[in-house]
Amino acid sequence: MLDQPTNERRLTIARAMAEAMQQEMQRDPTVFVMGEDIGGFGGIFGNTRGLFEEFGKERVRDTPISETGFISAAVGAAMDGMRPVVELMFVDFFGVCFDAIYNQMAKNTYFSGGNASVPMVLMTSTGGGYSDAGQHSQCLYGTFAHLPGMKVVSPSNAYDAKGLMTAAIRDDNPVVYMFHKGLQGMGWLGTEAGATVNTPEEEYTVEIGKAKVVRKGTDVTLVGLAMGVHNALKAADKLAEDGISAEVVDLVSLVPLDRETVINSVAKTGRLIVVDEDYHSYGVSGEIIATVTEHDISKLKASPARVTFPDVPIPYARHMEQFCLPNPDKIVAAYRKM
Amino acid sequence: MKPTKEQSLWMYETMVVSRRFEEAIEKIYLEGKTPAFNMASGPIPGEMHLSNGQEPVAVGVCAHLDANDIVTATHRPHHQAIAKGVDLKKMAAEIFGKSTGLSGGRGGHMHLIDPAVNFSCSGIIGESCGPACGAALSRKMQNKPGVAVAFLGEGAANQGAFHEALNLAGAWNLPVVFVIEDNSWGISVPKSEVTAVARNDVRAAGYDMPGHYIPGNDPYAIFNIAGEAIARAREGKGPTLIEVETYRLAGHFMGDAEQYRPKGEKEALFAKDPIPKMRERLIAEGHAAESLDMLEKRAEARVAEAISFARDSEYAPETDALTAVFV
Repeated sequence: MLDQPTNERRLTIARAMAEAMQQEMQRDPTVFVMGEDIGGFGGIFGNTRGLFEEFGKERVRDTPISETGFISAAVGAAMDGMRPVVELMFVDFFGVCFDAIYNQMAKNTYFSGGNASVPMVLMTSTGGGYSDAGQHSQCLYGTFAHLPGMKVVSPSNAYDAKGLMTAAIRDDNPVVYMFHKGLQGMGWLGTEAGATVNTPEEEYTVEIGKAKVVRKGTDVTLVGLAMGVHNALKAADKLAEDGISAEVVDLVSLVPLDRETVINSVAKTGRLIVVDEDYHSYGVSGEIIATVTEHDISKLKASPARVTFPDVPIPYARHMEQFCLPNPDKIVAAYRKM
Repeated sequence: MKPTKEQSLWMYETMVVSRRFEEAIEKIYLEGKTPAFNMASGPIPGEMHLSNGQEPVAVGVCAHLDANDIVTATHRPHHQAIAKGVDLKKMAAEIFGKSTGLSGGRGGHMHLIDPAVNFSCSGIIGESCGPACGAALSRKMQNKPGVAVAFLGEGAANQGAFHEALNLAGAWNLPVVFVIEDNSWGISVPKSEVTAVARNDVRAAGYDMPGHYIPGNDPYAIFNIAGEAIARAREGKGPTLIEVETYRLAGHFMGDAEQYRPKGEKEALFAKDPIPKMRERLIAEGHAAESLDMLEKRAEARVAEAISFARDSEYAPETDALTAVFV
């Protein structure tokens, strides 16, 4: 990947997230973490490991299974001067607590005319690929990004994961931090090796709202986020074997969306494929394509394409789920059809 | 209320079926997952929440139900499904993701739905409560017989859905019974750390319904209290809340190292395993050991048959993933 530091300290996304929270908790006493199993257990996906031991149970709070209660509580605490980082264990669980998220967390700043702020981070796991079926495998990127008032980020690698978490905690706005389970570096989830990258020990931020060109190319632009970036990079390798040069854009953030980076890339390549593990319709893929076509459709040499999850609940059986998920071969096939 | 001889033997045999089923699933689940444990691999992928130790709750309650009654269950649903009479072969095939499974492989182990015996479950905590109220309301509105039982864990009693459903059931005098399986752990978090009350039965008072707490994971005590509550619901006298102390002999899910458990807890729980305890009691009551052996063999054979059926079944075509979104 481009823009990587040269040191040799490789972290998983899980460890990178924990390190960012640790450093922010050390420098800012208003930062605290809460959620289910985030204490001594260290988070189901390993992303709070070590925090309980260092900061204790006042600042690293195991909650009851009461998402409406504790996410609303985070809103109240954030408006009263704290900086909570709160975990919704699986994004699929948003169903039990969405009022707290989109009617309170996302709107209170606006309702106050900007006089009040809600500086909180809602971190939540996304993604499937390991047969956890329809209530534990969704991405829902489009669902969250659609609703105004919350920033939305999703890292594809540990370097971005740490910098985005630091930026999210320091941001005076609510940030939804969506981490893909398959990138966490947890072996039991069949982790993507490309997500474990060099990560500086010192604190730093990655800008929220800025996409990254992670592979330069000239013939086609592949746009994705989180796991989609890895699928796109693998597809780019395959296309390169046939002499096709693919540029890969990692969106990094969905809100704000860095439309300019996408537009500039497509202006150069003339072709666009969006890779999104979220459902096909009404989502990120449609938004990216609309962004490009609205701006200047004449730059396109072919109709844009998207490789997405079909509009069905995530099936349990492995072969069915794999049939539905985006993969590098589907991206290559989409290019061939252009 | 005491179980008849037939009911006792049914409860025992069903507990054994459930345990043998979980043991078989546990073994097969680990196939293809060694040396490196990857949830995605093997003949049974994904999360797996086993019910070992919690069988008494399922059988003590379901002994009073027939196929017409409704059960809504949890993310840990196998014992509840088996006790409610869900087809064991179709359930096993579902867990294998096969075409012969309850949903043809679409739902999986946390999403077992069998309309033939009015059984459903959900992987979302607390979400058994509302649907049980709705089913009970439906029977009332249609003037049809039947009661609904919602199973949930003690962690779910901290969800809004639980409290809202109890209020509905109380306000509308619904024929529904809420049964909390208190295994004292929500994944790694002990009940005592995150619950404002020591026992959830006291919460019944807030919704003007009777509340009962049953200690000791005892199938006979569960049979007694659940029987009264279900009879009460059938007579139109309204809902009941029951909390049962039970034991999670397994991890939260397969692969859980359970480092959060205090030292010795697991051993102490295994010493109280309800299945050998019930066998001892049956023998003390005069049942011949040989007749119990026979029931156990029959249970094992049922499980073996279901597992073979699942293994031998075909996978559905992958394009079946795109069907059944709508009827």
